[in-house]
Amino acid sequence: MTQADQHPIALKVADNDNVATIFADGIVAGTLVQVRDRTGSGPLITARGEIPYGHKIALLDIPAGADIVKYGKRIGVASRAITCGDYVHVHNLDSMRGRGDLEQKE
Amino acid sequence: MATKTPTFFGYPRPDGTFGARNHVGIIPSVTCAGDVAQAICRQVAGTVCYLHHQGCCLLPPDLERVTDTLISLGKSPNVGAALIVALGCEGTDHERMYEELAQTGKPVRKIAIQELGGTAPAIARGVEEARELVLAISGQQRVETGIENIIMSIKCGASDTTSGMASNCVIGRVADRLVDLGATVVFGETTEFIGGEDLLAQRAVSSEVAQRIYEIVDAMETRAKSVGCDMRRGQPTPGNIAGGLSSIEEKSLGAIVKSGTRPIQGVLDYPETAFGKKGLWIKDTPGREPEILTGMAATGAQFMCFSTGRGAPQGFPSMPVIKICGNPHTYRRMTGDMDVDAGRIIEGTASIDEVADETFAHILCVLSGELTKNEAIGYTSSIDIHCLGPVI
Repeated sequence: MTQADQHPIALKVADNDNVATIFADGIVAGTLVQVRDRTGSGPLITARGEIPYGHKIALLDIPAGADIVKYGKRIGVASRAITCGDYVHVHNLDSMRGRGDLEQKE
Repeated sequence: MATKTPTFFGYPRPDGTFGARNHVGIIPSVTCAGDVAQAICRQVAGTVCYLHHQGCCLLPPDLERVTDTLISLGKSPNVGAALIVALGCEGTDHERMYEELAQTGKPVRKIAIQELGGTAPAIARGVEEARELVLAISGQQRVETGIENIIMSIKCGASDTTSGMASNCVIGRVADRLVDLGATVVFGETTEFIGGEDLLAQRAVSSEVAQRIYEIVDAMETRAKSVGCDMRRGQPTPGNIAGGLSSIEEKSLGAIVKSGTRPIQGVLDYPETAFGKKGLWIKDTPGREPEILTGMAATGAQFMCFSTGRGAPQGFPSMPVIKICGNPHTYRRMTGDMDVDAGRIIEGTASIDEVADETFAHILCVLSGELTKNEAIGYTSSIDIHCLGPVI
């Protein structure tokens, strides 16, 4: 086994996704994560914090308000600026659907 | 050597359907008849009880919906005979239940608690009726029949991010294969179309069906928004969120993978059966287990393929539920509840196609009598009827 094979894997579903899903435990700030797309290749990204099993890592810098994309489709927008390698979840991703709270304010 | 066309062994019904099980269904016409129905069921082997909580003090469209749903449950191929347990003053139409179920040609009986003089005499009479029904159908034999007589329902629950990347992919492959072989496949969970409805509408066979998909999603989202809050925590659930799903959009895009890739023929209303409707269909249901399992059993599905990541144990009284687990940790922790290990896809030790082939073979075994894990452990009570209006 080469050194590269030993990095935890983050799966990227569609070409235009800007997040990937990590299926490994023990990801902390500084862990090198191997991104794997449909073709089996992808860059190494350094995680900027703890990321639990099954959760997402940013593959690019994502400005606040920009779309977060998985499966090639928008899964929400960045509620604050996200840096490549950041953990992406409910703390920095806002859903745009089923938002009765937003409609009440309008 | 030619490959043998796949078949299964089912119970032939007078209406032309084939059952994977041969239950006597005890059907309370209203929640108030539930205790009597349950007591009969406990006493008589071979019976299952549809212990729901609806049927009175609902607006008229919901009373029709409950009546129609209970009729459809009795029409399920897995039900060989039915005993309707009425109270006598309920809002549902137990006379119509009896008439429509009798038209299937299956043995059907009805008792009414008030007419029989109360709980104890109703239980005593019901036990006699149910015992006769069980004896009448218990000698029926399975016969070999074709894939075109399969109605598969599909669902995902207690999902995490492995669901959309492993177990739902497996079900999608199985769904495509069954559709190509002439079977019927039904998926639902309209809430989990939110954010992925465009992908479904693109697969609709007509612009009318596409329009209907947008309508049911809009109606579901409007109902959720009417409460005036963010639906997160309701959907996705805290468990989904702990499993890595950040939004309903992410959950939906992973959930619809289980519908495969074939054209969508139409949208079924909640109580509607799918008899004679071939190909892939949507049933308009919420995502919660009791309500969707009931809606899917009412479709006439002989079984359900149920994908999970965090470990959903639920089952239904008359419809075996095959659990396909995408999360390898969950599979190892809950092997007693999980039928298929799709976590191997995440770990890279099996392909989606390999697990789909295993699942397909297992489906034919379950249709022919092999118990699912939920049946073996006796977790079969996830039942309730989804109504649209208030309880009044």
